[in-house]
Amino acid sequence: MRELCRTFLHRLAALFRHRHLEDDLDAELRSHIEMAIELNMRKGMSAEDARREALRSFGGVEQTKEIYRDQRGLPMLETALQDLRFGLRMLRRSPGFSLLAILCLTLGIGANAAVFSWVEGILFRPYPAVTHQEQLFALTGTARGEPELTSWPDILDLQRSCTLIDSFIVTKIMGTSLSIGDRAEVTTGSIVSANYFDAIGVHPILGRGFEPGEDAGRNAHPVTVISYQLWKGRFKSDPQIIGKSQRLNNVVHTIVGVAPEGFYGTFVGWAMQFWVPASMEENFEGGGYKLEDRGARWIEAYVRLKPGVTRVQAQQEISAAAKQLEADFPDTNRGRGIRLWPLWQTPFNNANTLLPTLEIMLAVVAFVLLIACANVGNLLLVRSFARRHEMTVRLAIGAGRGRLLKQLFTEGLILSAFGAAGGLLVAHWCRHALVLLFPARGGVAMHLPGEIDWRVLALSAGVCLIATLLLGLIPAMQTSKIDLAGALKSDSAGVVGGGGRAWVRSGLVVMQVSLSFVLLVGAGLLLQSLQKIRNTGPGFSTRNVLDTAVNLVPAGYDAPRAQSFQDELLQRVKTLPGVESAAFARMRPLSYGSFSSTVIAVDGYQPPPEEQPTVEYNEVGPEYFATMGIPLVSGREFTRADDEKAALVAVVNETMAAKYWRGKNPIGERVQVKSRWMQVVGVAKDSKYQSVREAPKPFFYVPLRQNFSRGAGLFIRTPLSPGTMATALAREVHALDGNLALYEVITLQEQVDRSTSPQQVAVTLVGILGGLALLLAAIGLYGVMSYAVSQSTRELGLRMALGADASNLLRLVMWRGLALAAAGVVLGATVALGLTRLLGSLLYKVSPRDPLAFGSAFVVMAIAALAACLLPAWRATRTDPARALRD
Amino acid sequence: MPSPKSEVLQGTLDLLVLKTLDSMGPMHGFGIALRIQQVSDELLQLNQGTLYPALLRIEQRGWIASKWGVSENNRKAKYYSLTYAGRKQLEQEVKSWGRMSAVINRVLRTT
Repeated sequence: MRELCRTFLHRLAALFRHRHLEDDLDAELRSHIEMAIELNMRKGMSAEDARREALRSFGGVEQTKEIYRDQRGLPMLETALQDLRFGLRMLRRSPGFSLLAILCLTLGIGANAAVFSWVEGILFRPYPAVTHQEQLFALTGTARGEPELTSWPDILDLQRSCTLIDSFIVTKIMGTSLSIGDRAEVTTGSIVSANYFDAIGVHPILGRGFEPGEDAGRNAHPVTVISYQLWKGRFKSDPQIIGKSQRLNNVVHTIVGVAPEGFYGTFVGWAMQFWVPASMEENFEGGGYKLEDRGARWIEAYVRLKPGVTRVQAQQEISAAAKQLEADFPDTNRGRGIRLWPLWQTPFNNANTLLPTLEIMLAVVAFVLLIACANVGNLLLVRSFARRHEMTVRLAIGAGRGRLLKQLFTEGLILSAFGAAGGLLVAHWCRHALVLLFPARGGVAMHLPGEIDWRVLALSAGVCLIATLLLGLIPAMQTSKIDLAGALKSDSAGVVGGGGRAWVRSGLVVMQVSLSFVLLVGAGLLLQSLQKIRNTGPGFSTRNVLDTAVNLVPAGYDAPRAQSFQDELLQRVKTLPGVESAAFARMRPLSYGSFSSTVIAVDGYQPPPEEQPTVEYNEVGPEYFATMGIPLVSGREFTRADDEKAALVAVVNETMAAKYWRGKNPIGERVQVKSRWMQVVGVAKDSKYQSVREAPKPFFYVPLRQNFSRGAGLFIRTPLSPGTMATALAREVHALDGNLALYEVITLQEQVDRSTSPQQVAVTLVGILGGLALLLAAIGLYGVMSYAVSQSTRELGLRMALGADASNLLRLVMWRGLALAAAGVVLGATVALGLTRLLGSLLYKVSPRDPLAFGSAFVVMAIAALAACLLPAWRATRTDPARALRD
Repeated sequence: MPSPKSEVLQGTLDLLVLKTLDSMGPMHGFGIALRIQQVSDELLQLNQGTLYPALLRIEQRGWIASKWGVSENNRKAKYYSLTYAGRKQLEQEVKSWGRMSAVINRVLRTT
């Protein structure tokens, strides 16, 4: 073994001392021969005989050297290096070709690597600082199969009864006002269980994580761990930070730790700035103290499985535990389960919203890669025609076909290696690009980092190898057909009508056209659904209404104080110039967060036995409907008079009226909510509540005053711009309370756009790549046609000499090019009919076989094909018959 | 017509080279070739050229070392000498050669 090693090292070293060793060998053999001659002459031979005898007994000097060299170096490696040098020289000789090929591959491989890095960094390993992410799974409750959040007591019980799970990790994202000096800013943080940092294996660089027990006791442990960025930025990397205090939501917290650099928490989409233990929940979450309330479901959770335990095993155990909870606490847990999800399916963060888009992207970039490879393959083919002479000569002087193939593959490898290097550079630049497609919210950009780790690198290397194989294969098909005799004859094939050899190139172009047609159809379908979504009226005015929030929970307001604050602020706002009306509501439509939902009873409505009529509702102030522009079908909206002292009232939407009152006018009827009866005073038109894509659903409104909540969205009807309004609003708010943080002011249109950003992202990405694919395919078509024209000047000249005029030739070339494109479109349309179903949830009110999308893809493709064929066709008409026939 | 001279097997050549260097001390390639031919009474047919790849192979394994020197006739020549590892190897190969030939002899006698 040791000898093998030593031999290998010797041989390897020999590669680098080639010249020197060659001289050595020469000298040694020469001295041998000379000594032999000398000896022979001493034996009495003539000089000539002595030399002949010496050479005879030595046996071929050159042969010996050959064997010696093979023994000395690494012959396999040496020929490979030789191929490599030769390949590089070939590429240098035609820089235009090389650049174009490398550029195509850079785009193809780069697009793949970038999407891989997103998939890795957002879906598969979103938390690089967390150890053993493969054992980490998201946990949610389920109600009727739908995921929902979980409650603290449920988590504690699960923790006690599950043995296969190493730890339950509780976290809940929240927006919080962070007081800096006398200013307050909105930032994102997490409420976590005390085991959080230990369980995910993240160790604070200063201070400590949370200690066991710090997540118990109402408001008992006002401590916080801050993020590295916060420490670095706001606290100027203060080494004495531990023990200092920081106001969070107006409660003084002691800073006990600083998280390490590169740790952004465990929520896909946003970077956390601080963490507090669950005991402080009430201060950050609306809706009171929830640690003892099994019915309050607010927790986003992860579990870390014990080593070797699979998700299926853990799910079995946890389902059994959930059954037990159902039996023990039927009031809160009947019909509910607990479910584990792989991280990439996490229902409560942006992994979930981005999953369908990224899935589609994987397919799209594969298409782009194929198209790019086809382009480069075509370029290589052209060159292999040009190099046919060289190949033939090499074959003729005895190069094996194997050696020739190796050479071609080496050239393919060089191209794709350059392409891969460029591609990784592209991926590196694009790894954080996804976030650019999402609007920043509240001045805080989203956090969607791509991750280029060894898996992404390995996958990209795999893509590069596949590209190499494809690239090597194409000219290889050509060389294997070289026949030595035939190559001498000049090539008169490539008639514009298509010769035998042109089929590979034509096939490649047809493939390119069909693939990019599929992408165009996909982009068209997505664009159409986006338009449908945008054109779907949300049911409220999107123009001239601004939307912000003044959250009084964090500022420590109690209900009466909050009410008087809201009244005062409303009064001030309404007197601002340009303001038509303004209203508060607990929840903003189409925002992150959930409406209250309740079990209702309606006079005269007998629910089927298995149905528990549950309806969502919003708590809204006076003039809400007027401000929002939600029309009332009948009845009236809430006024100042609908306060605590007045009779309880409600406004229902049309769907609710139709469902529970069966078309009867519900005005004056009663609905029971949380054991209180309310009288219906109005019917509002349906609008969108959680998502623009949702189907109409029952919904109702209650007066804010009669169901007070401190967390509040503020709506202002005004033609002023959000910026102007924000300044004025900030002045008014700070006049009332200098410690209040103001959320950003946006238009309702902006709110709608944000809620459709996943569609927007999908459209943008598929659009960009579809355009790229179209460009590549057009280049391919152009290349094939201009090559065909340049190869058939003789034929064109002949046709001209025989009387064909320019328009004949134009038609001839165009027809041939468009026939290729048409074949591609037919093939592409067939493939697209099968594939567009995969767009699934990204499509909205658009059939995957929508004729408009197919039609417009056809038009775009046709224009591109015409443009690509026109120049070669025009060139064909410029053929000089005299010269073409003479040459 | 069967030749009375035998071709040298590769493994055997290694053994011969090692043994030659062991008994004669450092030598150049030509000297080793001559020596092997003399000792075997010219019975071993050695294409002298094949000696060099063998020398390289043995050197790569670390059993011999080489150094440029000057021959008795004042000629520049590469001298090979046995290393410590080479001596060990020689001992081992001599032993196994002995065992091998004993076995073969026995087999040849019994049949």
